[in-house]
Amino acid sequence: MSLHAILVPKWGLAMEEGTIAKWQVEQGAEIKSGMEIVDIETSKIANVLEATVSGTLRALTADEGEVKRVGNLIAVVSDADEDDAAIEAFIAEYKEREALEAANIVAAPEPETIEAGGKRVRFMKVASAAEDAETPLIMLHGFGGDHANWMFNQADLAQVRDTYAVDLLGHGGSSKDVGDGTLDTLADTILAWADAVGLDTFHIAGHSMGSAVAQVVALKAPDKVKSLALLCPPAFGEALNHEYIEGFVSAQRRKAIQPFVEMLFADSALVTREMLDDLIAAKRVDGANDALQKIADNALSDAALADLRSKASGVTAPALAVFGEKDQIVTGRNIGGFGGKVETLPNSGHMPHLESAAAVNALVADFLAG
Amino acid sequence: MPTKSYREAINEAIDHEMARDENVIVIGEDVSGGAGCEGPDAEDAYGGVLGVTKGLVGKYGRRRVIDTPITESAIMGTAAGAALTGLRPVAEMMFVDFLGVCFDMIYNQAAKFRYMFGGTARTPLVVRAMIGGGFRAAAQHSQTLHPMFTMVPGLKVVMPSNPYDAKGLMIQAIRDDDPVIFLEHKAMYDMTGEVPDEPYIIPFGEAAVTRDGDDVTIVAFSMMAKRAAKAADVLAKEGISVEVIDPRTTSPLDVDTILESVEKTGRLVVVDESPPRCSMAADIAALVAEHAFHDLKGPIATVTAPHTPVPFSPSLEDIYMPSVDKIITAVKKVMK
Repeated sequence: MSLHAILVPKWGLAMEEGTIAKWQVEQGAEIKSGMEIVDIETSKIANVLEATVSGTLRALTADEGEVKRVGNLIAVVSDADEDDAAIEAFIAEYKEREALEAANIVAAPEPETIEAGGKRVRFMKVASAAEDAETPLIMLHGFGGDHANWMFNQADLAQVRDTYAVDLLGHGGSSKDVGDGTLDTLADTILAWADAVGLDTFHIAGHSMGSAVAQVVALKAPDKVKSLALLCPPAFGEALNHEYIEGFVSAQRRKAIQPFVEMLFADSALVTREMLDDLIAAKRVDGANDALQKIADNALSDAALADLRSKASGVTAPALAVFGEKDQIVTGRNIGGFGGKVETLPNSGHMPHLESAAAVNALVADFLAG
Repeated sequence: MPTKSYREAINEAIDHEMARDENVIVIGEDVSGGAGCEGPDAEDAYGGVLGVTKGLVGKYGRRRVIDTPITESAIMGTAAGAALTGLRPVAEMMFVDFLGVCFDMIYNQAAKFRYMFGGTARTPLVVRAMIGGGFRAAAQHSQTLHPMFTMVPGLKVVMPSNPYDAKGLMIQAIRDDDPVIFLEHKAMYDMTGEVPDEPYIIPFGEAAVTRDGDDVTIVAFSMMAKRAAKAADVLAKEGISVEVIDPRTTSPLDVDTILESVEKTGRLVVVDESPPRCSMAADIAALVAEHAFHDLKGPIATVTAPHTPVPFSPSLEDIYMPSVDKIITAVKKVMK
């Protein structure tokens, strides 16, 4: 068999390095694919790396306690009878490449902030490495979320195009001044932001309220919007769960918000303490909760959504709608004049981009590829 | 998210509130520094003994960033009186060890105004002071005295264990209408962490569960919360699952979160840097023994400093402080 490198994995968009916490196996051990081989810790998460190949662990190139960058070599797997010199040459080649990379480190992407239409707008850009990148994709999160809701999708969809996950007005790091709190105002800010960053044409993927904003953007600027991918669009549900919205806005503590956040997922076990702590922390920023209340009252009223549904046939760009079979927030279907493609994911609730990330990424990538 | 130090987080919180409310003032020894001196280095020469209030005098002027003579009783008396008139003073007392000099103004005056004036008086006062050992600063500059303030009704007592909490708790402290004792661990000023640029609050009486676990609950305060987290990391590798609770405020105390955790784990270790008698460790052990006795699978353990002054000798001071190793030993003891 040939030589296989075991590298520090990348767990999540922000991971840059990991500490080798504990080797579960010793040099010379026979390992099998799927076997747990090493504990690695990052600032966000501790996890166990599983082998993806079987063979003899010929060399360990990282000591316990050592900090290694993502992609660094930590072990070599091969046959027991592979020549020692070949292993050493293999390691030397990696070390040389790592030294070169260390001199040209590209930091994990950080969100940027820009003034648009007089408001502060924060966004995360993940640029495509492709030479001829296609039309960029703007990603709009749902009510109470922020750009990080797309953490499992953005890098994947950035393979062939630049992607921009934007914090809607009143959310994340964007201004808490939401004006009248209508879909119109949220959409105007997205258009002003797109001008500010120099995007003439773009696709939009929107989740829940973000999909409603995307529809309004498409109605306002049909020449700019090339397509719409709408996840759990409230304009095409039979009903929006207002109990959820009210509960999310009024909850002040982790335990109070938990039952509402659990409604978002088909499997409520996905809701972690950290997720709830982060949501409560975001609500405690000055002005955040008042902004959410204003948006809930104006952008997400039944009248606002009915109005949007009535205008659905006015959207000329190709569109895709993806629903979660077990969605408890946008329930039922009221497709009306929607002329696009409709998909339903059987194992998802209201957060398919987190719960069924691979399926959503594939659906959106296929749709964008035409 | 931007990364900031504990020092910067506290500075930013005071800065936000001074910009938001002109009634917020800062008062203390050398909080700007250089008052009365001339020359280019006179303004903002210190910004507090460890630089926490650096830069504020340039933005808000000497009328709102007030250097005082070396007299704690005058600082505290001025601040308490100013709070009664509607100002929101943030009084810097340097080391918590010095509060004995002005304790009457704190426990017998500021803490009592609201109660004794039938609820008509408000005392929106923040008293900042440094706590903690490990700084080689000897017995009179190294104490961790939060239990003395926690036992006085009418005072709120805050002890942040990281930069994020420090900012949110300081903003809450300044907006609060009661006297707040805000205790900063002097060995943590350079600790960094993610801190949003915007103002935000963390309410008092809400513990942070910094790690979920099933076998043992550790309750730890201020810098000890960090050591408890390290101990939990080590213990996790040995198969012991530890839940770590940082109450963040000792008064009010989030008793519910502690009891719920002990209900789950059945075992409790309390870690605190102050000496053991009449302490938070004793207090929490008593609360759990009283309200969750039947959930306990074994005796409660505490890890505290010994009942002695803080030694100046570095090797003795290291032995004096609750360490990661001592926390691990205590957890293993309650697991038996």
